[in-house]
Amino acid sequence: MSTTAPPSRARPATPLHAIHRRRTLVLGALLAALAAAVLLSVTIGAKSVPLGDTWQALTAPTGTEHDIIIRTLRVPRTALGIIAGIALGVAGALMQGHTRNPLADPGLLGVTQGAAFAMVLAIIVFGMSSLYVYIWFGLAGALIASVGVFALGMAGGRGGPTPVTLALAGAAVSAFLYALTSTIVLLDERAMDTFRFWQAGSIAGRGSSIVWQVLPFVAAGLILALANAPGLNALSLGEDVARGLGQNVARTRAVGIAAITLLTGAAVAACGAVAFVGLVVPHLARPLSGPDHRWLLPYAGLIGAALLLAGDVLGRVLAWPGELEVGVVLALVGAPFFVALVRRRKPVRL
Amino acid sequence: MTTLVRAVRLGGASWRLRPRAVLVTVLGLAALALLMALNMRIGDLEMSLAEVIGGVTGDGPANLVIMELRLPRALTGALVGVALGMAGAITQAIARNPLASPDILGVTTGASVTVVAVMVATGTMYGGTSGALAGAGVPVMALGGGLLGGLAVYLLAWRRGLDGYRLVLVGIGVSAVFTNVKYWLLTIGDVNDSTRAMTWISGSLHGRGWEHVAPVGLALAVLLPAALFGGRSLAALRFGDDTVTGLGVRTNLARSLMILAAVLLAAVATASAGPISFVALAAPQIALRLAGVAHPPLVISAVAGGVLTTGADLVARTVFSPVELPVGVVTAVLGAPYLVYLLIRARREART
Repeated sequence: MSTTAPPSRARPATPLHAIHRRRTLVLGALLAALAAAVLLSVTIGAKSVPLGDTWQALTAPTGTEHDIIIRTLRVPRTALGIIAGIALGVAGALMQGHTRNPLADPGLLGVTQGAAFAMVLAIIVFGMSSLYVYIWFGLAGALIASVGVFALGMAGGRGGPTPVTLALAGAAVSAFLYALTSTIVLLDERAMDTFRFWQAGSIAGRGSSIVWQVLPFVAAGLILALANAPGLNALSLGEDVARGLGQNVARTRAVGIAAITLLTGAAVAACGAVAFVGLVVPHLARPLSGPDHRWLLPYAGLIGAALLLAGDVLGRVLAWPGELEVGVVLALVGAPFFVALVRRRKPVRL
Repeated sequence: MTTLVRAVRLGGASWRLRPRAVLVTVLGLAALALLMALNMRIGDLEMSLAEVIGGVTGDGPANLVIMELRLPRALTGALVGVALGMAGAITQAIARNPLASPDILGVTTGASVTVVAVMVATGTMYGGTSGALAGAGVPVMALGGGLLGGLAVYLLAWRRGLDGYRLVLVGIGVSAVFTNVKYWLLTIGDVNDSTRAMTWISGSLHGRGWEHVAPVGLALAVLLPAALFGGRSLAALRFGDDTVTGLGVRTNLARSLMILAAVLLAAVATASAGPISFVALAAPQIALRLAGVAHPPLVISAVAGGVLTTGADLVARTVFSPVELPVGVVTAVLGAPYLVYLLIRARREART
């Protein structure tokens, strides 16, 4: 299998400028899709606001009811959707690249379950009730769990953890933390009541202060992720080849994992268990970008943001005037689409 | 370490037998028996180990309690664990992926969403018919939901043949739908119903009787020998499709039959005890490291699953006694550190 090149490579080589043009076109199309999703997210909701009023609220607010809805509810919500979507898409692509496993979601290193456990702990031990405080707990839990998994993967060997060790250690720690979380939730009804809504995943009602809280983490994660792309390309040829090409394998892995942790931790703490986005998006982006992570990562980020916003808008429309959580909508609409895509074409293997 | 291998022949079939694997199996079975006996000591009436053994053999004073209450519960735990370990080993072999488990075959998630739907729909919020329907009907609902989930994944993954990679991806998609519908159902119901549903989806052995032993025992009696005979094709399926065909294995038939076995095992196990987490994922990985082989061995995975589940039940009943935790909570707490320890040790050995 490994000796035969995929059909697209067997054709006469495509000129380099044609590849560049195609990539730029796809990038433009994805940006347009994201812009459309943003527009829908700002205009559609329980209260219908005409386009003219929306524009006025954004450019010259006068304090009307419409202005307040747009500026304090929909704009922060949309911004959080963009940030979380980009973060999860990029983190998913990085995670699948580093573990070379299509089953790897960005929560694999214990990030999602670490956040969940810390938040449930905050509820029962410290009696926290405000969403704004959970976020710091969630973020801290995500970071601690991820560092712990990485340390376990490192234990007992030099040269950095292998992908399989890392994936299994992550799955084990996640299962461990999930068990602790369910124990608490089963014994404490108040924790259960908060946890079940966090678990469904939502970007509604978070407010602009939460957007500003997670933004620095996501920005730092994105810089690390883009810096990681060339190294990850070399790593996907196999660790020995990468070492032969002069890559510092352990450092590349560490940078990648730091990026995944920052991106996923911030997104999950703010929005709940929406890591499914990060699992699916790379599979949608890979056929467009090919295996080059320098293109895969931006594509995955844009697709992630557009998908998260579209899912959120759909949730507002489907249950109007109520709402369906975005995590639920994404699974209901995204997963069948994902299955159809997997069936239609031969999946691009990692 | 010297790797001794002996061959055992039975009719046209033959197996390679490694002394280390045999030793691990025997020790595992002994541990399983001991854990079951320890488990049967616990209850309103504390018993000594001798009394437990007397109760099982039929001449002790505790015969009735043991035979009616404690043995069926212990057996359910052990058999469910065995079934899950086996299902996990088969799934990981077909998917060629150590992260795969019957969850991605749609079985456990399908069963979970069905049961949660029933519990939330018939719960306290809508008049409290919960007792009868949710009590007697749950295993049947779970079995039906699990089998339907497995069938959905199988049919959607089939496209001019069955590819392990596509099966995994389709399984992720289908499971995500089930899981998120489950999350949503948990948010719409009354918080009491959600807690009750949460207990079931954690996996519990509380109050399990002979009616729970029978289906798992029957399924294992049929599927265990069948899977062992199919084990040779399973070993071949670990290679690429071309190699498998070259080895004379009908790939699609072999894969379909093995998946059917895994789905049935996982479905009956889930119906009896709920979707106990982590056993199917961890047991094969623990087994292959204990046996010192490269791929999940079927028998040892099954034994490891039984030991993990029974041990977890013992802990679940003693730690917060008299409060009893769902067994599925403890399987991960016990299994995860052990798996991590094995991972670290394997890396140390590889280095030296």
